[in-house]
Amino acid sequence: MSQSESFVKRWVRTACIESIPLREGRAVQIAGHDIAVFNLGNRFLAVENRCPHRGGPLADGIVSGGNVVCPLHAWKVDLASGEVTNQPAPPQCVKTFPVRVENGVISLEIAVAASTSTDYHADCLASISQGPYLGKSASHEV
Amino acid sequence: MAGVACVEQILKHAAKFDITVFGEETHVNYNRILLSSVLAGEKVADDIVLNSLGWYEKHQIQLRLGVRITEIDPTSKTVTGDDGSVAFFDKLLLATGSVPLIPPMEGTRKDGVFVFRNLDDTRALLDRAGKGVKAVVIGGGLLGLEAARGLQVQGCDVTVVHLMDALMERQLDLTGGGYLKSKMECLGVKVLLERSTAAILGNGKVEGIAFKDGSSIEADLVVVAAGIRPNVELARKAELQVNRGVVVNDFMETSKPDIFAVGECVEHNGTCYGLLAPLLEQGKILAATITGNKGPRFEGFVPAAKLKIMGVDVFSAGDFSDKTPGTDVVRYEDAALGIYKKLTLRDGKLSGAILVGDTADSHRYMDWLRTKEDLTSHRRQLLFPAPSEDLGLDVAAMPDTKIVCGCVGVTKGAIIEAIHGKGVNTLAQLKECTRASTGCGSCTEHCQQLLKAVVPEFQEESERILCKCLSYSEEKLRDIVRGQRIFSVQQVLDIYGNGLGCEICKPALSYMMDVVWCGDHDEDRSARYINDRVHANIQKDGTFSVVPRMRGGVTSAKELRRIADVADKYKVPMVKVTGSQRIDLLGVKKADLPKIWADLGMPSGQAYTKGVRMVKTCVGTDFCRFGVQDSTKAGIELERRLEHLFTPAKVKMGAVGCPRNCAEATVKDIGFVGQEGTWQVVVGGAAGKKVRKADLLITVESSEEALQAATLFFQYYRENANYLERTYDFIERIGIEKVRRETVYAPLAVQQGLRERLRKSKRFARDAWLEGDEPRHPTQFVQIEPIEKVLQ
Repeated sequence: MSQSESFVKRWVRTACIESIPLREGRAVQIAGHDIAVFNLGNRFLAVENRCPHRGGPLADGIVSGGNVVCPLHAWKVDLASGEVTNQPAPPQCVKTFPVRVENGVISLEIAVAASTSTDYHADCLASISQGPYLGKSASHEV
Repeated sequence: MAGVACVEQILKHAAKFDITVFGEETHVNYNRILLSSVLAGEKVADDIVLNSLGWYEKHQIQLRLGVRITEIDPTSKTVTGDDGSVAFFDKLLLATGSVPLIPPMEGTRKDGVFVFRNLDDTRALLDRAGKGVKAVVIGGGLLGLEAARGLQVQGCDVTVVHLMDALMERQLDLTGGGYLKSKMECLGVKVLLERSTAAILGNGKVEGIAFKDGSSIEADLVVVAAGIRPNVELARKAELQVNRGVVVNDFMETSKPDIFAVGECVEHNGTCYGLLAPLLEQGKILAATITGNKGPRFEGFVPAAKLKIMGVDVFSAGDFSDKTPGTDVVRYEDAALGIYKKLTLRDGKLSGAILVGDTADSHRYMDWLRTKEDLTSHRRQLLFPAPSEDLGLDVAAMPDTKIVCGCVGVTKGAIIEAIHGKGVNTLAQLKECTRASTGCGSCTEHCQQLLKAVVPEFQEESERILCKCLSYSEEKLRDIVRGQRIFSVQQVLDIYGNGLGCEICKPALSYMMDVVWCGDHDEDRSARYINDRVHANIQKDGTFSVVPRMRGGVTSAKELRRIADVADKYKVPMVKVTGSQRIDLLGVKKADLPKIWADLGMPSGQAYTKGVRMVKTCVGTDFCRFGVQDSTKAGIELERRLEHLFTPAKVKMGAVGCPRNCAEATVKDIGFVGQEGTWQVVVGGAAGKKVRKADLLITVESSEEALQAATLFFQYYRENANYLERTYDFIERIGIEKVRRETVYAPLAVQQGLRERLRKSKRFARDAWLEGDEPRHPTQFVQIEPIEKVLQ
């Protein structure tokens, strides 16, 4: 993406809900963004997958209610607001991404270059219907 | 209970009576309220005894247990026992309590039908209860629910059958009943509402129950807990005035002179009481009356109830109906946390309260109900009082007349008097001296606070709570998990905590599940650190390190070649020999982990987890000129016996073949130190943040004995240490003498128990890296590929 290009926000179909276990996060890269998507049972939330402290992978953290705790030094990030909640001022935060779930598919709203086009990643869709783990994995609440 | 409590009060008046106590049961008096705790295995029968035989002797009270009084003659002033004995009295005190109410239905005499009223019933139920037994409890009131939970903890598959459309409908409204139902279901107790039992089925022995709507369910055991009624037969025969209960006036006098009554058998102003506090109050009043100090009157009590099921907090008091005109209702609900609070107010005063899920404020509401305080100025803080930061201030603000223990009726003033006047400075002494907190136990916290604020040298019982998500110590939580048969982290959090959990309690609880159930629990990876989700150690840049197991630090040319090939193939940025005689591959991408493990063909070295790290060894007798014991072989065997198990904190071990200590066994969590003809087994050494020389556990002759001693200590540490507590801190906390007493010098049965649980854990333990081939979840090791590719 070059600086001169204009950006538009658009919804990107990202993953099937089964791909993120209950109360865990998973990393995904879309259009240059490193994103951590979390399954909180009653909703999915997405934030930038980079702790404002030392860049730890938030997707690998332990979920505590609506927060995730960074696996490196236990900074706690509110997944809805993106704010760090357990450090003294000044306030710090990570970027959040709007999430939508339709027909079992999680979509994220992301700023992409206006000129981009999209393609479907066929493997993931195939794995929904015939993946070797279907029915064997833990239950998923949505 | 009420009768002997009254006798205690009579003794306080120092009157000279010759007292004889007759009891139909063969036990000394006990706290009936806590029977459900006995059924649930939280207490044993001896724990709930209120007055021991010694107490009766000391006060020269004749105790006639197992004798039922069959007749009272008010004219000749005699009572007759079922053993034919006749006793004379000047004053007679009736405290016959209540009997279970059995609703009309067929088959209640079948084998396997029980009531739940006394210690014998409880013992009979405990005899029958067990894993897989189908139990049905008829009645969804306080007693029925407590019985249900008790049976379920004993392993039964329990269904509660209730006639009405909500549980505890006399104490709760529909909403509260709904919250209670889901909490019971969350514990695993099934609830059937609006079912009227027609008959208990079975040929001589219970096989099921049939409902009036034609349906039926299977049952091996039926408990009828449909309510109680005052036990008035004796009084009725003696022609005392009896309605529902034995009628008494404000002085606890019955309709006949010199005959008095207290407890569940009495009726005062049309009300029968079944809770402890009013019954004890009646005892106090009667003690005054009977000893010639007549004056104090029993003025009735606000009805109140509290459910005693751990994790299912329910409190109800007063009139909570919102239908009466002029009633204000204040309500709070949090369905996710299962909290429901409802207060009713009339004329600015509290008239009723319902609390489900959080009963911390029940004392405050009880006080308001009792004092009829005008709450207009508190209207904004009715449900959530402004928290008081300073404990001393909070206690100071309490008036001396405030009742701290509602069951026994002990005021703040009485507690302070006991502290200053009688030198009380522990909770145990306070219980002994004032009886405070010996009833339902819900005021224990208040008593502790008072002790803390008033006793200069008060030492809190050394309990440290795990974290703010759960207000229990780890020791208590282990008891809960074991006793209440909880198999998953989330269930502990849902029932005993805030439902959320955090990075402190979740891994601790995960370990607890593993150790309590010896690996046979419901594993929840979301409650584990990332290291334990992907079986590798996360590094500062989000990559991982891989340390394969090399037992005893012994490897081979083949293994080294494979390690080298892996390092090349996956472009591993750093290959390092660790201080633990292992090889570390650093900077590995998560997605490469399963492939690397497969290529290595070696088991996990558990270098990423709170588990069995390694046994470092010297070359022992094989090559060394000085070695006197085969430390390499012993170390490899030790590692083999313990590998793949989890521990409260990492466990590093060492075995050395002579006292030169080349592999540094004396600063390891467990070490073998070879001597000529013997092994020293040492424990609790450290060479990390702290340096500590290990303590000698035992000296033995053979390698096998050394291994046995080490495994005993290992399992003892696993079961008793707090999470993240290293062996050296654990030993300093417990003391090496006690550790020796409870491991290598413990009775054989205790040792066998430790070994058996370790064996079971070992059966369930497996090399975590096998998950590389069979992940628990398809995306366990991979980054998600977006369905829709944004091309740039």
